[in-house]
Amino acid sequence: MGHLLEVNDLEVKFALRLGELTAINGVSFTLDRGQRLGLVGESGAGKSVTGFAIINLISKPGYISGGQVVFDGRDITALSDEAMRNIRGNRISMIFQDPMMTLNPVLTIGTQMTETLLAHRNISRAEAEDIALEKLRKVQIPSPEKRLKQYPHEFSGGMRQRIVIAIALLTDPMLIIADEPTTALDVTIQAEIMDLLQELCEDDEMGLILITHDLAVVSQVTQRIAVMYAGKIVETGPTGAIIRSPRHPYTQGLINALPGSRQAGGRLNQIPGMMPTLTDIPAGCAFHPRCELRGTVCDMEVPHLRSVDSHQRMVACHMVESSEIDRTTSKA
Amino acid sequence: MKQMWRRFQSSYLLYSFKRDRIAMVSLAVLVVLLLVGIAAPLISPYDPYDPGNIDIMNSEIPPAWMEEGDGAFLLGTDIQGRDLLSTMIHGLRLSIIIGCGAVVLQAFLGIVIGLLSGYLGGKTDAILMRIADIQLSFPYLMVAIFISAIFQVAFGIGRYEELAVPLLVVIIGLAEWPVYARTVRASVMGEKNKEYVEAARVIGLSRTIIMVRHILPNALTAVMVISTIQVANAVMSEAALSFLGLGMPVTRPSLGSLIRSGFEYIFSGSWWITMFPGVLLVLFVLVINLLGDWLRDVLNPKLYKG
Repeated sequence: MGHLLEVNDLEVKFALRLGELTAINGVSFTLDRGQRLGLVGESGAGKSVTGFAIINLISKPGYISGGQVVFDGRDITALSDEAMRNIRGNRISMIFQDPMMTLNPVLTIGTQMTETLLAHRNISRAEAEDIALEKLRKVQIPSPEKRLKQYPHEFSGGMRQRIVIAIALLTDPMLIIADEPTTALDVTIQAEIMDLLQELCEDDEMGLILITHDLAVVSQVTQRIAVMYAGKIVETGPTGAIIRSPRHPYTQGLINALPGSRQAGGRLNQIPGMMPTLTDIPAGCAFHPRCELRGTVCDMEVPHLRSVDSHQRMVACHMVESSEIDRTTSKA
Repeated sequence: MKQMWRRFQSSYLLYSFKRDRIAMVSLAVLVVLLLVGIAAPLISPYDPYDPGNIDIMNSEIPPAWMEEGDGAFLLGTDIQGRDLLSTMIHGLRLSIIIGCGAVVLQAFLGIVIGLLSGYLGGKTDAILMRIADIQLSFPYLMVAIFISAIFQVAFGIGRYEELAVPLLVVIIGLAEWPVYARTVRASVMGEKNKEYVEAARVIGLSRTIIMVRHILPNALTAVMVISTIQVANAVMSEAALSFLGLGMPVTRPSLGSLIRSGFEYIFSGSWWITMFPGVLLVLFVLVINLLGDWLRDVLNPKLYKG
């Protein structure tokens, strides 16, 4: 059997009045059953768009202009609306950033949960309620019977995110896409939610794509990381290896910018400049204007992902082997 | 059920209702009027539709407390000798039926069209909203004259008297649906970009379910508020149509037709035929509007606790 999810050369464009903007430009990665992948990058790098593209739910001016998303052996970019709805929320679930916003304020938790099940399964309301209760227990909500009859405003933020996760789990999906699931929560709750997600994935062999800009969260939970910059994956590989010795200058910049890598009281590192907007992505390597290592090829040729060591590590940078990247980072 | 009752008891709605004396009085008056209207055949002293009760010799008797009054007719009689009180009670009943019926029709049309227009957007929206604009630019009186004229020619005046109630419901209902459609569309457009709608799409729910189950309940506040005002408006429209002779026939008078039938005799001294139905109409519309005002204040989150 092949991979659970295989994204091949995915391209997403937004048709605007001033022309077409390429938000995702040839993203490829694979995910196996039970594997956890982190998609990391700054705001606007295309992480969330990638997530939405996987379930084929890019909103209006945007569309998938090329590439494939092969889920469980089938290319799902070509499926009909009807067939796609059957996969969405059923075999692939998604968890969003802000649990305050993702629950409908005027419906009880019970209604929202059973509704999802009834949309996908041919079961009675009572059976749906039983499954809802079971999932609420699974995400450790106390006295779920009582909670089913309550409205979203009667829950705390962490509780709400648990409920959102329970809703995502209802149909026993094979893949969960979590789009910054803990950004709106405080740090202690964050850790709880991440532990919970990891546990659930391990128990049921679910795949997880964790979209975040928080490297700490990613390093705890995922096995592999893909770093995105301006609509492309610039580096991918095992989590440990990337956090310990990043090869792409952008990843290095990100990791050096973490407060932990500096002495107390010192200035924090930052990557100079800003991520380019989609309207003016520089020619060649999109990162070259901000890159310390840039050479003459960088503003002319687009670098492609290629293997750089035995750890299944792939980097899209012209300068990786010619420069002394390994040593400079191990010192830092 | 019990839980819902408890929820209601501790709600802000009830709390602010108890503190607002105008709202309480209005509701009390409204409830009394509604009960009187619903129970009209049981409580009115005479049946004004029964020709056997009408004696032309009794016409234009003033209210009971006046010199020439007759104890049998508390508020006097109209020009045909019908007991004015009974006729008013039945007229109120007709006004309530027509008002509520028209609003139900308006709300149904307006909500469906507003929901589709707001959620689907694009061309559907443009077409539906232009239809609404066109509809609003026809004065409802003109539409009413047109429809009832055609109807009377097509089916004869006899049938018209039987079918006047549903006909008025349709006329007034059709005339005002764009008010609902616009309000619903505006709130749907505000709601549809919220994340819970996105989440519902991600869950794989169909468009219809998302529209009806998720967006509509969130847009209902506005609908509730305009509904009260629209009931008052519909009652007024019906009265106006009847006053112009386009509404309820004199044999089954609504409040409007009663006002009209008395209007011609007001200067010959029979003021009561116009006066009492007029006062009743004003009272009915006033309490509905007062309640609507209160509801708008309570449901407006910007004024909440303000």
